[in-house]
Amino acid sequence: MKHIISMLIENESGALSRVSGLFSARGYNIHALTVAPTEDDSLSRLTLVTSGTALEVEQIVKHLNRLIDVVKVLDLTEGSHIERELMLIKLSTTGDTREEYKRLVDIFRGDIIDVTATTYTVQMVGKSAKLDAFIDVIDSGLILETVRSGTVGVMRGEKCLHL
Amino acid sequence: MEMTGAQILIHYLEDEGVEHLWGYPGGAVLPIYDALDTDAKNLNHILVRHEQAAVHAADGYARSTGKPGVVLVTSGPGATNAVTGIATAYMDSIPLICITGQVPTGMIGLDAFQEIDTVGVTRPIVKHNFLVKNVDDLASTLKKAFYLATTGRPGPVVIDIPKDVQNAKSNYEYPQEVEMRSYLPITKGHGGQIKKAVEMMLSAKRPILYTGGGVILGDASAELVTLTHKLGFPITQTLMGLGAFPASDKQSVGMLGMHGTYEANLSMHNSDLIIAIGARFDDRVTGNLEKFCPDAKVIHVDIDPASISKNVMVDIPIVGPVKQVLTEMLRVLAKTELKSDPEALADWWLQIEGWRATNCLRYDNTGSKIKPQAAVEAVWKATNGDAYVSSDVGQHQMFAAQYYPFDKPRRWLNSGGLGTMGFGLPAAMGAKMAFPDATVVCVTGEGSIQMNIQELSTCLQYGLSVKIICLNNGFLGMVRQWQEFFYERRYSMSYMDSLPDFVKLAESYGHVGVRIDDPKTLQAQLDEVFSEKYKNRLVFVDIITDQQENVYPMIPAGAGLNEMILV
Repeated sequence: MKHIISMLIENESGALSRVSGLFSARGYNIHALTVAPTEDDSLSRLTLVTSGTALEVEQIVKHLNRLIDVVKVLDLTEGSHIERELMLIKLSTTGDTREEYKRLVDIFRGDIIDVTATTYTVQMVGKSAKLDAFIDVIDSGLILETVRSGTVGVMRGEKCLHL
Repeated sequence: MEMTGAQILIHYLEDEGVEHLWGYPGGAVLPIYDALDTDAKNLNHILVRHEQAAVHAADGYARSTGKPGVVLVTSGPGATNAVTGIATAYMDSIPLICITGQVPTGMIGLDAFQEIDTVGVTRPIVKHNFLVKNVDDLASTLKKAFYLATTGRPGPVVIDIPKDVQNAKSNYEYPQEVEMRSYLPITKGHGGQIKKAVEMMLSAKRPILYTGGGVILGDASAELVTLTHKLGFPITQTLMGLGAFPASDKQSVGMLGMHGTYEANLSMHNSDLIIAIGARFDDRVTGNLEKFCPDAKVIHVDIDPASISKNVMVDIPIVGPVKQVLTEMLRVLAKTELKSDPEALADWWLQIEGWRATNCLRYDNTGSKIKPQAAVEAVWKATNGDAYVSSDVGQHQMFAAQYYPFDKPRRWLNSGGLGTMGFGLPAAMGAKMAFPDATVVCVTGEGSIQMNIQELSTCLQYGLSVKIICLNNGFLGMVRQWQEFFYERRYSMSYMDSLPDFVKLAESYGHVGVRIDDPKTLQAQLDEVFSEKYKNRLVFVDIITDQQENVYPMIPAGAGLNEMILV
C-alpha cells in the first residue's frame, strides 16, 4: 500500500542524504520525495511517498526516527489527510488538437500558463492519481515534457506536524 | 580562554575525562598533534601502526570498560582505513568517538590531496557524524558527539574537522549542558507493559530468557542475575551477551544460535515464552525464521524500537534501558501474588536436563594432534577463567565462545555483528591499556592474526603484554568447514600457504614466541605462558592444531533451531 510519510528535519547539509541513504541501504522504495524549508528556517519539511506492508512501513518510521537529524515523523496515510501534487506538462498542440486540449485542461481544472504556436504548457494541481489520469487521456506522442513536484500533504483539521 | 581549534579539541578531551587516544598522525591533523604535544596533560596518545587497529583498540577499551573509546586519524586514507573499525563498532553498538582530519574548508570538493568525503563515506555506519565548519561550534559539537555515542543505543560518532578549523581561534569553555531537540533517548520502559510482561512470565509453562549484548551495554548484569534467580527460568545468551549471566550457573544453558548448545537451541525451540532482553533476533541466532520457535510468545526488552518486531513478531514490546526495565520487573515481581506453576517448571527443567545430557560440546581428545577445543580449555585453566578474552573471527572465535565460559560481563570482546577478522589483537590492546594488571588474551587464528599483525610493534612500544593464542591449523577454518559441508570439499583458497614462522616473527618484534604442537605438553606450556615469568611480556603462542576439526554443534543455513548437526 502507498504511504505518504511527512517529516520535519534539521535544515542542515547532509540531512536529506541521511534520509535517502536509509531508504537505499535498507532496500525501501521512494516513489516521490520533496523537501523545502518551513516558516522556521532551522527546519525543513520532507514528504516522501513509499509503499510496503504495514510492518515494513512501521520499520521505516522507526528507522527514520532513529536518524538524529529527523525531528518528527508522521505517516499521513494513517489518518484523514489532504495531499496535493503540482505538475507542469508541455504538450505539442497544432491544428484541431489545440481546442480539444484547452477543453480537457478545463475539465481537469488545470491552467495553460504558456502558449506558443505549437505548444501548450499546462499547470495542474491535485492528487497524484488525478495527474496520472490527465496524462492517461493525452496522446503520449504529444507529451513533450512532464515535471511533477512529488506529493505534499497535511493532516485534516487541527492535527499538525510541529515541534 | 581563546585557543585554536586543535587546542580546544585536546582540552575538551581532557575535560571530558578521556584517558587514552588511539591514533595515527598525518597532514590534515598536524595542528592537533602539535596541540597534543604542547597542551595535553593527562591524555595518553597511543601510536598504532594502522588506523583500523586504532579504532579496534578504542573499541576494545570501550567494550571492556563501558567508557567511550576515542580515535584520532588523518583525512583521506586515514579515514578510509578507519572505516572497518567504525563499522565493527556500529554493528555491535559500541560507544566510540572517531575524530578525522579534513582538508581546509576552502579546498573541500576540489579533489584535494588526501581529501575524501568522510561524512559521506561513514554515514551508513555511524550513529551520527559531523563536519565542523566553524571553530565556534567545535566544543558544542564534541559535547553532542559524546552524548550521542554513550546514551540510548550506543554507537560510533565521527567528527570531521578541516585543517583551517583546527587552526582558527575561538573561546573555549567546557560545555556543561547538551540539548538536542531531535534526540531524546528513552529513559524508562512503559510501566503497564512491564506489568503485563511479568504476568505473562509467571503464567508460562516453558519459559526461557534470551539475553544479548544490550545487557552488557546497559550495565544490567546484576539485575539480570537477580531476576533470573528469582524466576528460576533457564537462560541462554547470545555471542554478544556472554558473561552478563555467569556461564557456570546451573540456570545457564549456554550460548544459542548457529553454534550454540543443543540444550539452548532446543529450549528455545520448545519454549512457550521467550523473554528477549537486549538481544536483536539476529539471523545467526534464529536460523530459519519460518521455523523459529513455533509455540513461543515473545516479550522483547530493547532500547531501540527499530529492533522490535524487525525479524520476529513480538507480543509484548518494552522499549527502555535494560537496567531500568529489569529493576522495575523485580519490583513488580516482589509485589505480585501470582506465582509460576512449580510443577510445569520442574517438568520443563527435566526436559532441558535431558537435552543437556547429550553433552553436545564433547569432542574426541585422544589423538596425537592438539584439538582447538582442548587448547581453549587449557587457556581457561591457565587463566583461572578470569581473563579478558578478545577474539578474531572464524572457528577459533566459536571455540573461544564455547570452551571459555565467562562468569563476568565485559570479559569477552569479539566482533559479533560485522565479523571483522583483525579485530582481536587491537581489541586486546585496548583492554590491556584499560586494565594493565589483568590477564588479557587474544584467541586468534593464523589467518586473522595476519590482518593486524603490525600491532605487535605497538604492543612493544607501550608494553602491552597481551597473550596471543593462535590456533594454527593452516586453514581459514570456518571457510574450510563450510566448503567441506556445502561445497563438496573443494577447498578453494582456504588453505594458508607460506605462513611465517610466528615464533620468529614474535621474536623479531621483540616479544616472546612459543610453539605448542604436542597435546601432552599443552597445559604445562600454557601454564608457563601465563606464569609470573612472562607477566610483563607479550607472548605469541603458536598452537598447531588438528586441521580437520570442525565447530559443532551447527545449525546449517536455512534450518531451524531444532535441526542441529551434533557431531
